[in-house]
Amino acid sequence: MKMSGILPKFLVVLGLSLALAGCGVNAIPTKDEAVKARWGDVQAAYQRRSDLIPNLVSTVQAFATQEKTVLTQVTEARAQATHVSVDASTITDPQAFQKFQNAQNQLSGVLGHLLSITENYPDLKSNQNFLALQAQLEGTENRIEIARRDYNGAVQDYNTELRTFPGVIWASTVYKSQKPAQEFAASNAAQGAPAVNFNGQTQPNTTTEPPPPPVNP
Amino acid sequence: MRFFAALIAFLVLALPATAAPKFPTLTGRVVDDAHVLSDQTKSDLDQKLAALEAKTSRQLVVVTIASLQGYDIADYGYQLGRAWGIGQAKLNNGVLLIVAPNEHRVRIEVGYGLEPIITDALSEVIIQQAVLPKFRSGDFNGGVEGGADALIQQLSLDPSQAEAKAAAAAQQAQGDQGATSGASPLSILLIILFIAIALGRVFGGFGFLPFLFMGGLGGGRGTGGGGFGGGGFGGGGGGFGGGGASGSW
Repeated sequence: MKMSGILPKFLVVLGLSLALAGCGVNAIPTKDEAVKARWGDVQAAYQRRSDLIPNLVSTVQAFATQEKTVLTQVTEARAQATHVSVDASTITDPQAFQKFQNAQNQLSGVLGHLLSITENYPDLKSNQNFLALQAQLEGTENRIEIARRDYNGAVQDYNTELRTFPGVIWASTVYKSQKPAQEFAASNAAQGAPAVNFNGQTQPNTTTEPPPPPVNP
Repeated sequence: MRFFAALIAFLVLALPATAAPKFPTLTGRVVDDAHVLSDQTKSDLDQKLAALEAKTSRQLVVVTIASLQGYDIADYGYQLGRAWGIGQAKLNNGVLLIVAPNEHRVRIEVGYGLEPIITDALSEVIIQQAVLPKFRSGDFNGGVEGGADALIQQLSLDPSQAEAKAAAAAQQAQGDQGATSGASPLSILLIILFIAIALGRVFGGFGFLPFLFMGGLGGGRGTGGGGFGGGGFGGGGGGFGGGGASGSW
């Protein structure tokens, strides 16, 4: 091959790659990475909650020994949630994702229940350690909520890229192995995240109990 | 041109369709949207907050909200922080003290970078001790100043002291409650101080730096907002992830 033939070819390759980059060939991996980063945040937030639970359980136990059932439920739900194996592939595996979500929701539910029964123990409610734990737990539930929302946003962005022009072209050629990511179900109070307010009242959001009917005198 | 129009349409549609509340304009370090603060309080706070940022680069903004528009204050707060971009972009070192007098809600919203220093437990303690007692007696100026002063004090400490104080807030089981178990906050504080000093010796004075960087790891997640314009006050693009605590009265 002559030298004169190489330079134009080089320019063509360079031009082509620049054009490709402009056409969004990088968008799929970029958004995929964003999804993974937000997924990491979600896991970190759940981990943070998991870490708080042993301390919470032992604090409640000291004041409310007869609530053994609920405490055991919390400990078991935590163990279950911890045992759901999670890695990067969980994001694109609907079943594994569902399993993770269910385990965490289960834990949210029993935690909400635990916080609601603490109502019955004035000594516990005025214990400074418990109050600090409650504040931490509330903050953690808040972080989970936000992390899930940010994750869903990143997933929507990524999935849309896979299914719309020009991303769809790259998705069906260069990135054939890329699967759409799973979203969390629209999170609502029904998942039982403890809604704590500091008027000294804890309001469990459980689906099982409908709100009491208004009392008409 | 058609192609570009279609592309823009795609991009717009691709944005996550999340409903966001409406926010007041960031007019300064004290935004009194609910009109509950006196001019004296506002100018006092403004000076203190400016001094804090000059000294530490940390941004603390005090805001009163006329209406939370049906949002929970925690939900509203982090979105407000991101929308305004309070705190420096790389450090995410912004804090908001949010008061919603009509909903009787107050919140300390903490940027990613300050979460190790202003922990949820410490935010809770500040709200319970410095803010709510004043609010309950109808003294908004006093409560806001009390909360802001406590935050400024914590934000002005050097990192190891601040960490120790935050840890003490999380462990304050004992104190006034008549010792249910273990160590007093003071001894915990002393132990942490000793550890910090020892670490400082070992790592040639850099013992506490990992804590500083820990918060920074969450960096770059801000919405990029703010920017300093026209000599006025603006956010630096700091990010928020839900740290802090709320209270009601």
